[in-house]
Formats: sequence, structure tokens, C-alpha cells
Amino acid sequence: MAGLLDKRREDREEASIPTAGMADIAFLLLIFFLVTTTINVDTGIGMTLPPKLKPNQNPPPVKERNLMNVLVNSQGNVLVEEEEATVAEIRDRVKKHVLNYGNDPSLSASPDDAVISIKTDAQTPYSTYIEVLDEVWMAYREIWDQIAQTNTLPNPENSSAGLDQTYSSYREYYNQLGPDEDNQIRDAFGAQISIAEPDTGE
Amino acid sequence: MASQKFQRRSSSTEPEFTTASLPDIVFMLLIFFMVATVLRETDIQVRTQLPQAEALTKIDQKRLISKVHIGPLKRGENQGQTAIQIDDALIENRRTIRQIMYNKLQEQPQLIVSLKVDQESEMQIVNEVQQELREANALRINYSSNREGPPPS
Repeated sequence: MAGLLDKRREDREEASIPTAGMADIAFLLLIFFLVTTTINVDTGIGMTLPPKLKPNQNPPPVKERNLMNVLVNSQGNVLVEEEEATVAEIRDRVKKHVLNYGNDPSLSASPDDAVISIKTDAQTPYSTYIEVLDEVWMAYREIWDQIAQTNTLPNPENSSAGLDQTYSSYREYYNQLGPDEDNQIRDAFGAQISIAEPDTGE
Repeated sequence: MASQKFQRRSSSTEPEFTTASLPDIVFMLLIFFMVATVLRETDIQVRTQLPQAEALTKIDQKRLISKVHIGPLKRGENQGQTAIQIDDALIENRRTIRQIMYNKLQEQPQLIVSLKVDQESEMQIVNEVQQELREANALRINYSSNREGPPPS
């Protein structure tokens, strides 16, 4: 009897929590966090400033019809081509101006010639300026989205944009570009947004 | 009686944690924090509540970025006054920006200047900084802004 009891006790001592699966759980959690954690990536609206002009050099001439003036005053009111407008209207106005292809004599002759000029007042809040700039960029984004989706340029001839496939959006096209690859959409349909020089005294 | 009780206890199985996987857990936590932690290399002395925008681009190459913070001072005797901070120093004289940026451009010709401007700032100071950047020929800029909608929790 005693021997039997001893044997049982020996069995009990060997019982332990199985740890083989622990590593799997650890890896599962690690992968979960790796996937869900977003490393803080800097995002923003990219711009290129115009180069500094030489002392007696005049800014390059732009035809009045190609220029779309957007003025933002200190109260956040917007003036598009001397008319009052809301921030929400800017997107459609820009698209109309850029995609005119010479139809309306008061709008741009071609998208390559079209220039959107944003001018702000000294007291304009920065957030309003970004809102306006964002709307202008979004107008171009929407045009690029369409080019990416249809692989055709929005000109009257509907010529091909030269992409090897269509994408669901410009963002998708942009994300699959390699670091040295050319952005064909932007090469074919560029955006000219200019930040007007502030007035240096009246 | 007491000693007999004690003996009985010690003879039974000793409950014990298995510590074999403890290193795994520790490594997991370590790696997680290594990945998720963004090191703040400078103490930002101005408040920069960034504006929100939709047409955003990502800057993947962090080494190209040089940050310029513009916003009201968080503390000090001039608290609330709009100031410019580049790296860890506040800019006293705005004319010095061109020299700082010119030097940075010599080190990194593909420099992108990330303007972290508080959304309540006025355009005057932004324009001034932009004119300085043009003087230094640092023309690639980025208006740092967040995605529209509530910030991710």
C-alpha cells in the first residue's frame, strides 16, 4: 500500500504548466503590436517655394487668363478672381479653371499654363491658409484620382496617360511607386500653385 | 504537532512558476517599446497645435527633414508670445534663419523644411520665415498637418 502511495506522489511532482505554447503567444502578441502600432510618420502639405529673384529681375510673366487669384483676408474671407467665395467653392473653381482647355477665354488656356496663386493678409490665421491650400491641392488630387482610375488624361482628345494599369486612386498609384520611379501622372498633369509674395509696404 | 504539519507540507509538490518563457515576454515588450517609441530629441518650447488637412503627403526619409516650430511660447516671462524654434534653440533674430538654413542645406542638399506652425498663428510670421528660407535657397517645404477628423486615440 505504502509503495503505491509513493508512486502516486512521484507522478504528481512531475505535473507542470505546459510552456511550449508560451512562445507562440508571445510571438502572436509581438506581431499584433507590430502590425497595429503606427510609427509617427510626418505628414503635411508639400510645397516648393519660388527661388529668390535677382535684384533687378522681374518675376516670370503669367498671362492674366491663366492666373487664378485666391485672396484670403484676416477674417478668413476668400476672394476668387475678385468675387467673394466660400472655402468649399474653391475646389470646383480650381477644377473648372484648370480643365478649361481654352474654352472659356477668361479661364486657363491649358492645364500646363494654369497657375493658382494664393495670397494672404498679414493677419490671416494659419489654419485658414492651410484650409484654402488644402482645397486647391484636393482639386488637383481629384483630377489625378480620375487619371489613375481611367488611365486617360482629361483633355478633349482623351489621350492615354501611359500607365500600365488602372488604380483605385492616385494615392494607390503613388504608394506603389519606387523611390526612383517617375510619377507619370504628375509629369503629364502638373500642378502650379504659387504662394504670392507678401506686400512689402503699401 | 507543528513540526509534523510542516513536514507534511514540504513533502507535497512545490508550486512553482515556469520561468522558461519569461525572457520571451521581456524581449517582446522590449521590442514593442523599441518600435513604438518615438524619441523626442529636443524640448519644444512653443505650442504647435497643427492644422488639419486632406491632401497630405508622407515624408518617409526622416533624415531629410529639418523642423521649424512656430507658435506661442509655452512658458517663461513672454508666455503666449509667438516665437520660432529651430532644433532646440529659440530664434531671437529672424534674420539668422537664413544662415542656419544655409548651413543645413550644405550638409543635406535635399533638405525638406517641415514647418510645424500652430494653427492660430498669423501668416505674417510664416511669410517672414518663408522669405528667409528663400534667401537660404531652402525651397522644399512641408506644412506639417494632421489628417482630418478626430485624432487617432
